[in-house]
Amino acid sequence: MTCSRRDFLKNTVSGSVASVLPLSAFTFLSQAEASAALSETKVRWAFLVDTTKCVGCGLCVKACKNENEIPYDAAVTRTWVERYVVTKDGETHIDSPMGGRDGFIDDKIRDEEIDPEDIAKAFFVPKLCNQCENPACVQVCPVGATYQTNDGVVLVDRKWCIGCGYCIMACPYGVRFFHPEAKVADKCNFCYHRISKGMEPACVECCSFGARQIANLKDPDDPVANIIRTERVAVLKDEYGTKPHVFYLGLDANVR
Amino acid sequence: MKWHVLRPLWVALGLVGLILVSRQFLVPDDFGVHGKSFTYGYYRLSNIQEWKDFPVKYRGRESCIECHEENVLKLNASTHEPVECENCHGPSVNHPDDEEYLPLDTSRELCLRCHAWLEYPNSARGELMSIENRRHKRRRECIECHGPHDPKEEVE
Repeated sequence: MTCSRRDFLKNTVSGSVASVLPLSAFTFLSQAEASAALSETKVRWAFLVDTTKCVGCGLCVKACKNENEIPYDAAVTRTWVERYVVTKDGETHIDSPMGGRDGFIDDKIRDEEIDPEDIAKAFFVPKLCNQCENPACVQVCPVGATYQTNDGVVLVDRKWCIGCGYCIMACPYGVRFFHPEAKVADKCNFCYHRISKGMEPACVECCSFGARQIANLKDPDDPVANIIRTERVAVLKDEYGTKPHVFYLGLDANVR
Repeated sequence: MKWHVLRPLWVALGLVGLILVSRQFLVPDDFGVHGKSFTYGYYRLSNIQEWKDFPVKYRGRESCIECHEENVLKLNASTHEPVECENCHGPSVNHPDDEEYLPLDTSRELCLRCHAWLEYPNSARGELMSIENRRHKRRRECIECHGPHDPKEEVE
């Protein structure tokens, strides 16, 4: 095959023009425009629980129930406090009567008297929704009633939920329950109505000991986020790959 | 093809058409993929605003101090400073507009949430001032002797 110099140059120029033209259909976005298009926000909510500070007063559970209109005497709750008493024989005694709503006043655990001499360690662990990065509960919803907002909180659409209960079974942390009055699946949402107004969640505000704190992981100056970044924190059930966003300080291996 | 074979086919097609048409009316306009992916972000967008509009009930001591300055300042200066007003007085919601008096909890059980002695040496509970519930003034309410806003103050 032969090709004159004139033809070669002509074809090269027309070829490059033809291949560049479609590129003009693309627009270059500034970083702000790009993140807006990807619906990114400057907020990623996370939670820090310092189990070493919790005294098991249960005022967080009481506040949560009142704030979020969860029937006070029903055996369901968005957050709860577990008591762990590990005895010297290596046995772990766990209880959470009514989710710890009325605190822990008695030293009996499930009607069992434990001799203080036998206790190796004892502590309280508050639990709540982990607002996972990969929420199993959202994946299984057949109707799109539960979803993850762009700031990381998983919400339930009460008008859309059909109450099938798949999400309640899918959650590895057992934080979901069936709301006896709204007749839909319900769960902790970090008090979304409060944090979006710049307030703290009700449980955080009512905790007198600083055992519960809320953080914005995308804010480099957030003091609580800095604790999560720099201290040795743990999460629950890491092996499930859900990437939970409730971080624990002083988490014991007995906590499941 | 014979008519009796085609007839159910038309019925099935009609049903599919009916579903597609009614879908246009039943599915809200803002229902769709709004998040980072279909898996986690398939929802009704206006529900976010519905949750943001959920009423706040615990308004914090900043709202209490507007009228009850004396008590809040007394509390802030005492060892009970970390305890929120609404932990004992109940959520303020629209107080005083709706409810003139809040359901104040003065019970012994409320104080015992923190101050009942549990022999848990390595828990934060052990560091608090506490009583043995079965021995200490069994039939009395705590606030008969101890001031709740300032526990160091004795009540006559």
